[in-house]
Amino acid sequence: MKSPSDPVRLRVERLRTVFPEGPGHDVPVVDDVSFDVGAGETLALVGESGSGKTLTALSIVRLVPAPGRVVAGRVTLDGRDLTALDEAGMRAVRGRRIGFVFQEPMAALDPLYTIGFQLAETIAVHGLARGAAAGRRAVEMLEAVRLPDPARQAREYPHQLSGGQRQRAMIALALCAEPSLVIADEPTSALDVTVQAEILDLLGDLRRRLQLSLLLITHDLGVVAEAADRVAVMYAGRIVEEAPVARLFAAPAHPYTRGLLASLPGTRPGRRLDAMPGSVPAPGRAGPGCAFAPRCAEAFDPCRVRPPTEFDVETDHRARCFLHDPERRVAGTAS
Amino acid sequence: MTPLLDVRHLVKEYPAAGRGWFRRSAPARVVDDVSFSIASGETFGLVGESGSGKTTTARCVLRLIEPTAGEVRFQETDVLSLPARELRRARRHFQMVFQDPSGSLNPRRRAGEIVGEPLAIHRVGTREARRARVRELFDTVGLTGDDLTKYPHEFSGGQRQRIGLARALALEPALVVCDEPVSALDVSVQAQIVNLLTDLQQRLGLTYLFIAHDLRLVRQICDRVAVMYRGRLVEVAPAERLFTAPVHPYTRALLSAIPRMQPGDRLERIPFDAASVARTELREVSDRHFAAV
Repeated sequence: MKSPSDPVRLRVERLRTVFPEGPGHDVPVVDDVSFDVGAGETLALVGESGSGKTLTALSIVRLVPAPGRVVAGRVTLDGRDLTALDEAGMRAVRGRRIGFVFQEPMAALDPLYTIGFQLAETIAVHGLARGAAAGRRAVEMLEAVRLPDPARQAREYPHQLSGGQRQRAMIALALCAEPSLVIADEPTSALDVTVQAEILDLLGDLRRRLQLSLLLITHDLGVVAEAADRVAVMYAGRIVEEAPVARLFAAPAHPYTRGLLASLPGTRPGRRLDAMPGSVPAPGRAGPGCAFAPRCAEAFDPCRVRPPTEFDVETDHRARCFLHDPERRVAGTAS
Repeated sequence: MTPLLDVRHLVKEYPAAGRGWFRRSAPARVVDDVSFSIASGETFGLVGESGSGKTTTARCVLRLIEPTAGEVRFQETDVLSLPARELRRARRHFQMVFQDPSGSLNPRRRAGEIVGEPLAIHRVGTREARRARVRELFDTVGLTGDDLTKYPHEFSGGQRQRIGLARALALEPALVVCDEPVSALDVSVQAQIVNLLTDLQQRLGLTYLFIAHDLRLVRQICDRVAVMYRGRLVEVAPAERLFTAPVHPYTRALLSAIPRMQPGDRLERIPFDAASVARTELREVSDRHFAAV
């Protein structure tokens, strides 16, 4: 768990990423996004498709696909300003200081080389070991991610492993350069529930042992409840709420978060679910006000006029919602 | 009361892979002696992990693929012995809703044509009557008249699933097989479609065979649930019973892996060792609760 004394490992400040839509017209897909990830902490970035959670991660490491581009914001990792780095400097950070785990391991593993070779090559490229020593380290990494019989698995090709084993191999690949931060984008979404449980347990275990910071991107609130220390909920390119995980589930402040939690099966008796109306607006299709206002049962006048800024709900808990505007709350108690 | 659907000793085998010396000795049994029945108006859940055979079971039941052996009775009709022409006629009574709504909708057809297609194929009523029926179906699933002339790509994922549902309902089927109908949708849209399925069931008296890997969802909407593991049913029980008092070791392992929605309150995971479990028939362990133990 995070405590105030924990050093900040990753700091993202006012990040903004746009995609052009016609000449001279840019559509923001990541808008004014700020958050910190502490040392050894797991921050979950939650959202539905199109919320901008993956593009936030890609913006951090400057891998936004063209024609999209990061237009504003600052990213610091262990106190170092990544936004000031040139492309060569950034390449040295990716994989080395920041490891990646994706939903589909086959996208990251090369089908033509053995698992062991790919690990050893990565270890050598980052200058951590070479030759036989790199090979030994590769086997150690496979052992660390609890693959059975690691020496034999190192000689296997990706297609010879099961989905869960491949995901373990990718985690080994992400960790082999001893990064301080791992970005995991839907790491368990393609897996069966029993394998998902194993991978989540493994990530939690590695994180504790290696004091790893984890930026966990997911749409699955069950995964969030199991694995996260803190949660940032994204909607239409913005973080709409951020809180420690227990607090978010117990006392969600933003109507969207409340709606998400209520719409999950198993939260109330009877067959009907508490469904939110409508769907997520396409980028650039939200009106001038709060992007959630058209679906929000609690929206009032200012919500439709201008986007809300962030308000403190409590210590370490903020929401981008006029319901938590202290001026409104004062006005509310006065009347 | 006779069940709406009665499946007995269903088997689906695929020939052994390889040739000559490299031929695997036994064919792969994807569905292995599966029996269950569904009452009219019931929602019957079929759960299991990928490769367990749940989708193949459903496809065999609808005879979208031919099972190797077994018996499927639908309202007293022996589905597996129907000749092709009669099978086509019988198909209007059992329909399927697929996981990926966009993959099952012809991108070059307008939504109205897609929904009207089954009516045209089965030559139901006049052209005018069919058009009126399509409008009615759009209304039933919560789409508007403006949506009739749109193409699939102009809809969101949730709306596309509504089109898939409208098409499945066009011929007023008694049984709808839903294969992961909401797993490709966003959480907030999932709930809308689940509610729609529930409402339609009540209004139209539908019976659902509901295939899903989301166990929380299955618990919420199913009357009874069957757990499938490597082609076999290992446990069948009323939903609440299955989730609160599972008997089979595999069911217990599966349920222990479901994420809790309470942070910090993690259930002890129960490991499952396939080798430790003997392959036995289902037997009734308590009222309407069957397990292969």
